Amino acid sequence: MKAELILENGMRFSGELFGDEREIIGEVVFTTGMGGYQESITDPSFAGQIVTMTFPLIGNYGTNSIDMESDKANMNALVVREVCDFPSNFRCEKTIDEFLKEQGVVGLCGIDTRALTRILRNHGVMKGAIVTGEISDEEAQKRISALDNSDVIMRTTCKEKYVYSSTGKTHIAFIDMGTKKNILRELAQRDAKITVFPANVSADEILESNPDMVFISNGPGDPVNAPGTVDTIKKLIGKLPIYGICLGHQLIGMALGCTTKKLKFGHHGENHPVKDHTTGKVYITSQNHNYVICNLPDDVVETFTNVNDGTCEGIRHKTLPIASVQFHPEAAPGPLDTGFLFDRFLGKEEE
Amino acid sequence: MPLDKSIKKVLVIGSGPIVIGQAAEFDYSGTQACRAIEEEGIEVVLVNSNPATIMTDRGMASDTYIEPLTIEYVEKIIARERPDSVVAGMGGQTGLNLTCELYDRGILDKYNMRVIGTSIESIKEGEDRDSFKQLMERTNQPVAPSRIVTNLDDGFVFAEEIGYPVIVRPAYTLGGTGGGIAENRSELEEILAQGLHLSRVGQVLLEKSIKGWKEIEFEVIRDGAGSCITVCSMENVDPVGVHTGDSIVVAPALTLADKEYQMLRKAAIDIINSIEIKGGCNVQFALNPDSFEYAVIEINPRVSRSSALASKATGYPIAKIAAKIALGYNLDEIKNAVTGMTYACFEPAIDYVVTKIPKWPFDKFFGAKRNLGTKMMATGEIMSIGNTFESSLLKGVRSLEIGQYTLIRESSTERTIEELASRVATPDDERLFDLAELIRRGYPLEEIARTTIMDIFFLKKIKNIVDAEEALRGMKLEDMDAETIKKYKKMGFADRGIAQLTGASVTDVYEKRKKLGIVPVYKMVDTCAGEFEAVSPYYYSTYDEENEAQASDKKKVIVIGSGPIRIGQGIEFDYCSVHSVFALKKAGIETIIINNNPETVSTDFDTSDKLYFEPLTEEDVYNIIELEKPDGVILQFGGQTAIKLANFLDKMNVPILGTQPKYIDEAEDREKFDEVLEKLNIKRPKGKAVWSVEEGVEQANLLEYPLLVRPSYVLGGKGMEITRNEKDLVSYLKNAFKNDNKNPVLIDRYLGGRELEVDAICDGTDVLIPGIMEHLERAGVHSGDSISIYPPQNISDKIIDEIMDVTYRISRELKVIGMINIQFIEYKNELYIIEVNPRSSRTVPYITKVTNVPVIEIATRIMLGETLKDMGYSTGIAPKTSTVAVKVPVFSTEKLPRVEVSLGPEMRSTGEVLGVGSTFCEAMYKGFVAAGTTMPKEGSTLLVTVRDMDKENFLPIAKRFAALGCKFITTKGTGELLENAGIDVQISKKISEGVPNVLDVIRSGIVDLIVDIPKKGNDVNSDGFKIRRTAAECSVSLMTSLDTVRALVEVMEAGFSPDKTSIIRLDDVK
Repeated sequence: MKAELILENGMRFSGELFGDEREIIGEVVFTTGMGGYQESITDPSFAGQIVTMTFPLIGNYGTNSIDMESDKANMNALVVREVCDFPSNFRCEKTIDEFLKEQGVVGLCGIDTRALTRILRNHGVMKGAIVTGEISDEEAQKRISALDNSDVIMRTTCKEKYVYSSTGKTHIAFIDMGTKKNILRELAQRDAKITVFPANVSADEILESNPDMVFISNGPGDPVNAPGTVDTIKKLIGKLPIYGICLGHQLIGMALGCTTKKLKFGHHGENHPVKDHTTGKVYITSQNHNYVICNLPDDVVETFTNVNDGTCEGIRHKTLPIASVQFHPEAAPGPLDTGFLFDRFLGKEEE
Repeated sequence: MPLDKSIKKVLVIGSGPIVIGQAAEFDYSGTQACRAIEEEGIEVVLVNSNPATIMTDRGMASDTYIEPLTIEYVEKIIARERPDSVVAGMGGQTGLNLTCELYDRGILDKYNMRVIGTSIESIKEGEDRDSFKQLMERTNQPVAPSRIVTNLDDGFVFAEEIGYPVIVRPAYTLGGTGGGIAENRSELEEILAQGLHLSRVGQVLLEKSIKGWKEIEFEVIRDGAGSCITVCSMENVDPVGVHTGDSIVVAPALTLADKEYQMLRKAAIDIINSIEIKGGCNVQFALNPDSFEYAVIEINPRVSRSSALASKATGYPIAKIAAKIALGYNLDEIKNAVTGMTYACFEPAIDYVVTKIPKWPFDKFFGAKRNLGTKMMATGEIMSIGNTFESSLLKGVRSLEIGQYTLIRESSTERTIEELASRVATPDDERLFDLAELIRRGYPLEEIARTTIMDIFFLKKIKNIVDAEEALRGMKLEDMDAETIKKYKKMGFADRGIAQLTGASVTDVYEKRKKLGIVPVYKMVDTCAGEFEAVSPYYYSTYDEENEAQASDKKKVIVIGSGPIRIGQGIEFDYCSVHSVFALKKAGIETIIINNNPETVSTDFDTSDKLYFEPLTEEDVYNIIELEKPDGVILQFGGQTAIKLANFLDKMNVPILGTQPKYIDEAEDREKFDEVLEKLNIKRPKGKAVWSVEEGVEQANLLEYPLLVRPSYVLGGKGMEITRNEKDLVSYLKNAFKNDNKNPVLIDRYLGGRELEVDAICDGTDVLIPGIMEHLERAGVHSGDSISIYPPQNISDKIIDEIMDVTYRISRELKVIGMINIQFIEYKNELYIIEVNPRSSRTVPYITKVTNVPVIEIATRIMLGETLKDMGYSTGIAPKTSTVAVKVPVFSTEKLPRVEVSLGPEMRSTGEVLGVGSTFCEAMYKGFVAAGTTMPKEGSTLLVTVRDMDKENFLPIAKRFAALGCKFITTKGTGELLENAGIDVQISKKISEGVPNVLDVIRSGIVDLIVDIPKKGNDVNSDGFKIRRTAAECSVSLMTSLDTVRALVEVMEAGFSPDKTSIIRLDDVK
């Protein structure tokens, strides 16, 4: 079925629907990762978004039931140039079209994705709508302006507390802001007992579970919309070691007194260089965020910096066991260069 | 760490002559490295024996030596120049090996030099088989398990352990004789028994077969701080079993899920971290398509053909960055020149599909065994960019210049389905077309995937093209609407392809498409998939919405490149294109290059102001012209690839700079050219076009033997030959007319005289000859394969004057503006003209360097309207230099099974070296050394077989060898001749006389030089052919022309050695 992607600025791109063929609105972003589309589709950080893949051939190796970053897909729509209807891989179970249908994600193909990316780069992130049939500019803008992503965190976090891993040397209280499964897998692999809490958990509930540390996950959207998490973290500072990734990192930063700002078009891809100030080495990282933290107070040290734009990629408290990174050491998709950070969080690096 | 200030002077070693497996990519990387080092204010001492390269230009390095790449000469250069450092990885395997040797022999220590960039220890860890195995164990990386066995039982035990199939490789046998793949125990018993028997040392290597696994490569860069990035992944469409240089390769890898991709990427990084690479490294993996199992095939701790491809595929300049790292910089301190904002420390994101297709020389070598395997045979390659696999592949196919605009190839359509099915399982150069044809006949993809072990993903993509071709066949152009045409253009079909399939004319397709407004747009190669604003003026076409290539309103000129490297059209033409661009830039003109060869300097995005990486067909070139509307197009420097566009562009009213198409045609068309010569009263060997055997015999009697015969259109059939009697002529003609009776055969009188050649520059009034080149071998040897001497040593003033006169008159008559190449024969003190090329030729870089006349710059400025007088030149021959320079051809025939090795009328060399000296003998000595010819000395053994007609001519030469203390082994006929003259000879059996015969003598390793003067080439059943092939395969020096042999003995008599010759800086060649 023919469909159009209409942007907030009025631009239109026509293509063909696949996957869950229906109309939808969302925040339009792009990712430059060349592979790993299934991990991206199921990454909760993309909740509420219409995601454009800059690589033109998507679906080549199909999809499977293993490479899932959450139980279900989270993005609103996937925009691609060409979708592969004849995938080939020993693990392939379904085509991407079948997968999107099953997961309820809208697909739009046949788009000049490079042109779209260049527009997003120049204008910044925009809202947009995928529509079928004739629609006036006015009507389109009316629909687009209805987009409200302020509750995406509560849409993606777990509904109630559960145990991910019941045994382990270190007990982690894990706050699920919309986590990627691979963070949990990486932690569990390192002998951790993990209790997962919803995003709106209180500090008392966490302390009641008597954990050895708190871990705050990645998640979608603007950190200021996080449901009281910053307060929760504030109450835990000094009581427990606190670590976090991506949105978790931003929330820890805010709890420590940093501020946040929105990037023009965010970091979405698998090729972002970050410099580790402790070793002087640069690592290639997977990233997916639109906000960064800035204005670090005196007791907070910047541990990682983005080589391209100089934004903050990681922090550590000068005296307390609190640290976090903006990028994704758990990869999936993306490079495995910084997996050692999990060892660092769990104090295993020296072992 | 920033720049290491202690580095003041760096030695860069080039890769020497172009041979199969080591081609123009190292001119590209070497040039980049030289520039990257010089721009830091550090001096570069460059040594390379290859004069056709851009890196060996004046001004590229502080001091350039075009000298033999041997340890002795490099040491002499070090002793004189005293560089403090050497960078190892820029000159291919040649440069790497030389650096290791300098290190091993203590020469680096002696001169207090250090290796910058990747260290020798690291290089050796990657290169040496045993250390590599240890390295893999240390880094927990799997390799295909292997073991050396000496008996059957050990073989069975090991095979059970690793599982069948097992590869059997006997030690010390040539070209894998006696080896094979055993699928089960009984096959192993048979193959292993034979292998053990054939191996000289009774050893056989058994290896687990990973044939059919996916072959994936990563280009990795690491800096001194230990930061690592992968520039690009590449996937071979042909799985393990076909050399990556002979595979169709796509970038990025297209069939890997993130899990597999990251697993291999991490392995690549772990390996190069472990050996502490400082610079670039290539890592090749085999990946089991049915699991996560993989094996490391090899690593190359240097820049390579793959890294050149990765650089062009992504826009990331690997050689430049590697050079900066060698100088001390870390990746996050080097700016990304493409974006100008970000740093070199990132991984390029690609938003298109790159395809590389090899260019094979089988059109020249029709007798060659064309099966692709583990030995590379391609001379060059093309790269194409599209945003679908289909368009990328179709663009690639038409870039090859093999007359294909679709996947329908005549030879494939003539094959039966059984033939096709069996052919695709054993790949050769036509596999792509056989696959397409097999799919067209409805053969199941699953079955093809099973027998070819290719990923079905690629087969399905080929099927998409085949289906589209079939759909187009059922259409009429007039019924096609805009949407339909656009669909096929998006898929990558050329107008000519659509025309061929729908039965319309190309013009009709073009006009209809144009009327419907269907024109290509151009997208930028920007390393970041559009994430950042980029300034790289590097483009490829698509049929999309948005065009990113904005035409400027500056004065601008397009230079058409020369496409893939092939025999007869090599790196020399890239040299010319690049120099033309430099000259245009100097004149303040915006420059645009169109080319499709990823190995070259011309396709470096900062060579010209704009680069279009596109096929060089009429349509693809014209599309760019329509967008850019240039003030002129230059065709003279892109070889035949560019020149053949002349008539078309003229018809389209495109302004062509330089000689006008009408005159190009007069020079290229044999009949028109004959008229020109007639009019000017210039002699050429008499000739005639004949249409039948009878007419041929009749004409032959009028012309007199020997005769040079060739088909007027060479259609992959037989080429040029010299026939000396009626019998040979009749056999030639019969065969020629059997292959093609629609075209005549050309018969020319063969004049066995001295060949002379000039490249001249004409502005319409004056004609400048930078220098006359004399060929060492007499006429009958292709000019590209003969040793060329400057200044000429043996010609009279009368002939020199006549050359000037004839060149002047022809250039004026053909209204040459720019370059012309003319070849002559001096026969019995008369001058005959044999060939005219209305363009820059293969010898231009050579003559530019040895005469110090900036040929291309002058020619380019003339095309822009200047005159020779304006530039201080006038009609005449430029003053001779006091140095003598010889250009010696280098062959790669050992890499091409069943290919004739002897010199003849068809060109076979792939590259060239230069020898410079104060006398002819000194230059020739260095030329032989540089070309790798074994220089016989006292006690050396020569194996000689000479055809009857040359026996008398050989005798005096033989006496001179004997006087120098050389020994002879010959067959009976030649032997008697020598014995009668009082020379001691050891007679060997002919092949038909049983064993041990001449071939066994060659294989035994006791022969230092083989002289074989053949009666006639290309006869695979003759003894001579087998002797020459054996020589090539055993790496024994071979000479097939008495002229070369005579020069060799002369050089030997002069008693040169590296110590007794001087080294000459390029600046001192004058």
